[in-house]
Amino acid sequence: MSALTAVAPPRDGLLRRLSDSFFRSPRLLLLLLLAPPLLWLGVVYLGSLFALLLQSFFSIDEFSGLIRHELTLKTYGELLQSANLDIILRTVLMAAAVTLAAAAIGFPIAYYAARYARGRWKAAFYLAVMLPLWSSYLVRVYAWKLILAKEGILNWVIEAVGLSWLLELVLAIPVIGGPSLSISYLGTFLVFLYIWLPFMILPTQAALERVPASLLDASSDLGARPRQTFRNVILPLALPGIVAGSIFTFSLTLGDYIIPQIVGSSRLFIGQAVYTHQGTAGNIPLAAAFTVVPIVIMCAYLWAAKKLGAFNAL
Amino acid sequence: MTIAVKFEKVSRHFGAVRAVDSVDLEVAEGEFFAMLGPSGSGKTTCLRLIAGFEQPDGGHIEIFGATAEGVPPYRRNVNTVFQDYALFPHLNVLDNVAYGLMVKGVGKAERHRAALEALALVKLEGFGVRRPAQLSGGQRQRVALARALVNKPRVLLLDEPLGALDLKLREQMQFELKALQQALGITFVFVTHDQGEALSMADRLAVFNEGRIVQTGTPEEIYDRPRTRFVADFVGSANLLPPDFAARYGGPRAWCSLRPEKIALTSGAEGALCRGKVAAVGFQGASVRYQVDVEGQRLAVVAQAGGTKLEAGEEVGLAWANSALNRLSESEA
Repeated sequence: MSALTAVAPPRDGLLRRLSDSFFRSPRLLLLLLLAPPLLWLGVVYLGSLFALLLQSFFSIDEFSGLIRHELTLKTYGELLQSANLDIILRTVLMAAAVTLAAAAIGFPIAYYAARYARGRWKAAFYLAVMLPLWSSYLVRVYAWKLILAKEGILNWVIEAVGLSWLLELVLAIPVIGGPSLSISYLGTFLVFLYIWLPFMILPTQAALERVPASLLDASSDLGARPRQTFRNVILPLALPGIVAGSIFTFSLTLGDYIIPQIVGSSRLFIGQAVYTHQGTAGNIPLAAAFTVVPIVIMCAYLWAAKKLGAFNAL
Repeated sequence: MTIAVKFEKVSRHFGAVRAVDSVDLEVAEGEFFAMLGPSGSGKTTCLRLIAGFEQPDGGHIEIFGATAEGVPPYRRNVNTVFQDYALFPHLNVLDNVAYGLMVKGVGKAERHRAALEALALVKLEGFGVRRPAQLSGGQRQRVALARALVNKPRVLLLDEPLGALDLKLREQMQFELKALQQALGITFVFVTHDQGEALSMADRLAVFNEGRIVQTGTPEEIYDRPRTRFVADFVGSANLLPPDFAARYGGPRAWCSLRPEKIALTSGAEGALCRGKVAAVGFQGASVRYQVDVEGQRLAVVAQAGGTKLEAGEEVGLAWANSALNRLSESEA
């Protein structure tokens, strides 16, 4: 290029001409970048979801065990039988309990990390929260089964400090109790809580991180006691993060079929019901109808959260 | 005269950094007091000590005669306008302004009425339903002001409140703030790094450097009689004259400051104290700024525009009154 030309002449080569034409029409580049993921989401993901929904409107022939490809609500009638309603109720209550507990435990940790932890301590926080995610999910669940078992380390510790009577008292509570922690809803709950806790902490911490310290100073300056500042400033601003976290903990618990199978009483959760109906029982329509339940619940949950103003601070 | 804010040997350290180092300070009730200094000079920390966001490591703070150490911000009748305004993003303008009354348990109708009044005071009628994100910088600044004033504070603290505004708006707000302060009679403590702002608004100001107050006085005192080289240089611009040079041209044998606009330029020899050579010329609209070399000393000179404009390289005569030379303290920087 001569020193006298301020605008370089068009360049040779296909790639160079391509990058020149991308510069002139940025939309083309955007389209090329977005097309593959959009196709994936649109066709493979949403398409299969629709196919699944469609399955739930078919029914199964009781004699032949074959799927009848006629639209009917018969399968949904089956879904509403009391045994299946029990499964749904059990799963929803468990998901709600896990979500509430995760929010209660996760918030102080997230608050500490966002407000006080700096430098090395912040790195330590991320490591501590993420480290469990590096090992296999199955390994962690089995580890918990051993921890919670009657011969497990937790029982041993409780015995050593002389609190066995308390554990027995807790395990004697109807419904949530059982012969041991590893064979009770309480045990299932503890493992769910442990496994999904990082998914609550991280979005909550991210939301709190975005609350400038000057807002807390301003609240205090205007006469708000710490509790009022928490109630009127911190909580509303952290709420989108907590709701994001609760979407994870709630929906992951709704869909999981491994944890309740390994730790807990043998009563089914939605995930297990889907697993058995589409597998051994071969009742694909009912399995599909079961998967519709979490989708409907999550939609209702998000709608309610929006109505309550959880996303106002976004 | 009632003392609104009093510092006695107040210190605040952050690790090894002495952010505020043994500061003595008195602000009278109803005064517009400015704390002026470069960034990191301790002025904002002093403001935060008055607000209660920081606690002193040493010394004693009184607000209207009452000891302030250990008293949290929410029990001080002092309000702050923050540098970033710190408006609550999830509340609309009206609820932002009413926040202080809300947490004090004032009923909804009553606090909204007071908030509307405060919004009228800062000329923001009809903005109550908007969110802070929908406002311009100047409007947010007014909301922050209304939110503080609605609590009827005895001292209003302002932390560089005009820093984020553009020049025109800043000048307008300077006059409005001053008028508001005079109308309300509230003590204002104003932190700024902009010497023009401090000079034009304050009744009295303190110049901060490296955690200490270097000089306190009225704007005229600070401008005309800076005590140290730092003050002379930081407040306005000044020529710093070494002792020999000052003594030769009518001053004491000591470091002196000389304001550029106190130097008169003459093209002829008559009336000239010394002669120099123009090194650079800068036209500034209302005035012209020259750099003139006099016996190895470069002097800044500001002259009214409109006269004969000198060119670089021209010989020129310089003159100033003896009283224009201001003796600086030797011991301090």
